[in-house]
Amino acid sequence: MSRRKRLRRILAPPGFKGYRPYGHIRGKMDHIELLYEEYEAIKLADYDHMNHQEASVLMGVSRPTFARIYESARRKIAMALVETREIRSASGNAWMDESWFLCEDCQSRFTMPSTIQAQRCPLCKSANIKAIHTA
Amino acid sequence: MIKTVITSKGNKTSSLFDPRFGRAEWFCIYDEDKEETSFVENESQNTVHGAGRKAVEQIVELGAGRVISGDFGPRSKELLDQFKIQMVVFQGEGMTIAEIIKKIK
Repeated sequence: MSRRKRLRRILAPPGFKGYRPYGHIRGKMDHIELLYEEYEAIKLADYDHMNHQEASVLMGVSRPTFARIYESARRKIAMALVETREIRSASGNAWMDESWFLCEDCQSRFTMPSTIQAQRCPLCKSANIKAIHTA
Repeated sequence: MIKTVITSKGNKTSSLFDPRFGRAEWFCIYDEDKEETSFVENESQNTVHGAGRKAVEQIVELGAGRVISGDFGPRSKELLDQFKIQMVVFQGEGMTIAEIIKKIK
């Protein structure tokens, strides 16, 4: 089993469900899923003009991980443009400030304000936690 | 560094955990650094209206960074979010304060 993906913090989910190409000659193609954290990476780096170091701190991941998320996002967008594919946003491994978490060991639910760094259950210190998507 | 508030039915560590937040009888303050506990009475437990909001005020004054309780009302949730206080919802009815402190150590 591969290592668990650390949850990535995002400020807000994308304001769209997806983008669809029009006027293309090719038939219907499969869509591409752009994850929330990938959207956030593009937003921080290319819209807010942050460097990768600053952006990685905001998202709660290391700089190399941020670079990987960003790379994956750019490749997906390029692929969608070239292959005239639809882009859909998907929730991925992200959480927001208002998100709630569930500890899978002691079943407690909790929030994670930005003042808290450790991604662990505050009660039993288990790292086996997941974000609960209420939206 | 971080202080944790646990809602309690009494003022001893052998007291039971109180699953209510705004109308909890006591607040147990546990200091992680010093490993000390202290108790304060919830000033708003008998308020007719807005107990959760007043309880949040008291918790902010105590300087806590985390609250463990059975549930939080919508107003309390919103306020605790604003003050960046971590909320922990725990189904620990029947547990004592000492048992919960042992878990978070």
